Amino acid sequence: MPHIPLQEDLPGIRGLVAYRPDTGRALYELAEALLRSESTLSQAERELIAAYVSSRNECRFCASSHAAASRHLYGERAALVDAVIEDLESAPVDAKLRALLVIAAKVQENGRLVTPEDVAAARAEGATDREIHDAVLIAAAFSMFNRYVDGLATWAPEEPEAYAEMGRRMAEQGYAGRFRQVAHAK
Amino acid sequence: MAYIDGVPASLPGITGLLEYRRDTGDPIRDLTQILLRGESTLTQGERELIATVVSHRNGCRFCATAHTAAADLLLGESTSAEAVKCDPATAPVSGKLRALLVIAAKVQENGRRVTDADAARARAEGATDREIHDTVLIAALFCLYNRYVDGLGAVTPTDPAFYRGLAERIVHRGYLRPPGGFAAGRPTTPAKE
Repeated sequence: MPHIPLQEDLPGIRGLVAYRPDTGRALYELAEALLRSESTLSQAERELIAAYVSSRNECRFCASSHAAASRHLYGERAALVDAVIEDLESAPVDAKLRALLVIAAKVQENGRLVTPEDVAAARAEGATDREIHDAVLIAAAFSMFNRYVDGLATWAPEEPEAYAEMGRRMAEQGYAGRFRQVAHAK
Repeated sequence: MAYIDGVPASLPGITGLLEYRRDTGDPIRDLTQILLRGESTLTQGERELIATVVSHRNGCRFCATAHTAAADLLLGESTSAEAVKCDPATAPVSGKLRALLVIAAKVQENGRRVTDADAARARAEGATDREIHDTVLIAALFCLYNRYVDGLGAVTPTDPAFYRGLAERIVHRGYLRPPGGFAAGRPTTPAKE
């Protein structure tokens, strides 16, 4: 049971956005800018950073839904998503994204763990300053989203199949569109 | 120096980062303005104490110092901020705020640590659903801020006068970007207070 009364048919962040749309709008705008706007990181890569951080925070709703979005966007390479979440070290991920995921994992624990060496390593693999910035902010933002979703004990589907369709919609419709649907769901 | 190039050196801490990328900075500013300065049955001082506790527990010196200064300014005293940083569960604040700060401290660790009993205790002390919601979201938001600031090695001034000036700005003008932007580390629009 959620800690506050929420609309029952809306899982995870969606119930919270319906509960308080003014903060929800800002949250969805942030997600839209970070995960979907123009970037040299693909949408699939950015959704993977979100899923990876959420998985490390053990937030089932966010981890499952963003992993599903990333799988949808990776298409034939969808197995990469599960490989990264299972074990980054052995996952067949390119060196730049690996270095950014290492930074994201440290941010997930505490921002102070990121060292100038981590940043230099990402740069050496070809990451731009903007990509390093975005990896840090995506990891920081999901450290917020995960705590919001779990701190109020929102409802999340248990069966993995429930997330495939959710992920497809997130990847295709984006967060601005999702916000409009939820805000008008009342 | 921050870890990345292009962050305005004249704007320490979070301010330079929010300027570095405006399309992400603006929704973060909007969210903060709504949560910390918007209509609420929690006072602005109480909400700054939530931000202070979380930032302190994340060890984020920039955010903890800035929000301590803002809380002190709003409350007109500095003992509450000191006490809640020391131990939210025993601080001499209202029973309701104490219960909300305990929830915030759990959110700082991981949202899953908040129990039904924590929410029930806050309610028994008079907290509304909305206050519980806002406490969790403020605590979560500062987990973002703290990681953003420290994860990119943002400049953290050591001069207490810097934080007094910052507190004046966020207390009297709020968290939105000054309409004229920033120049030489200061908002370009005149103070309205």
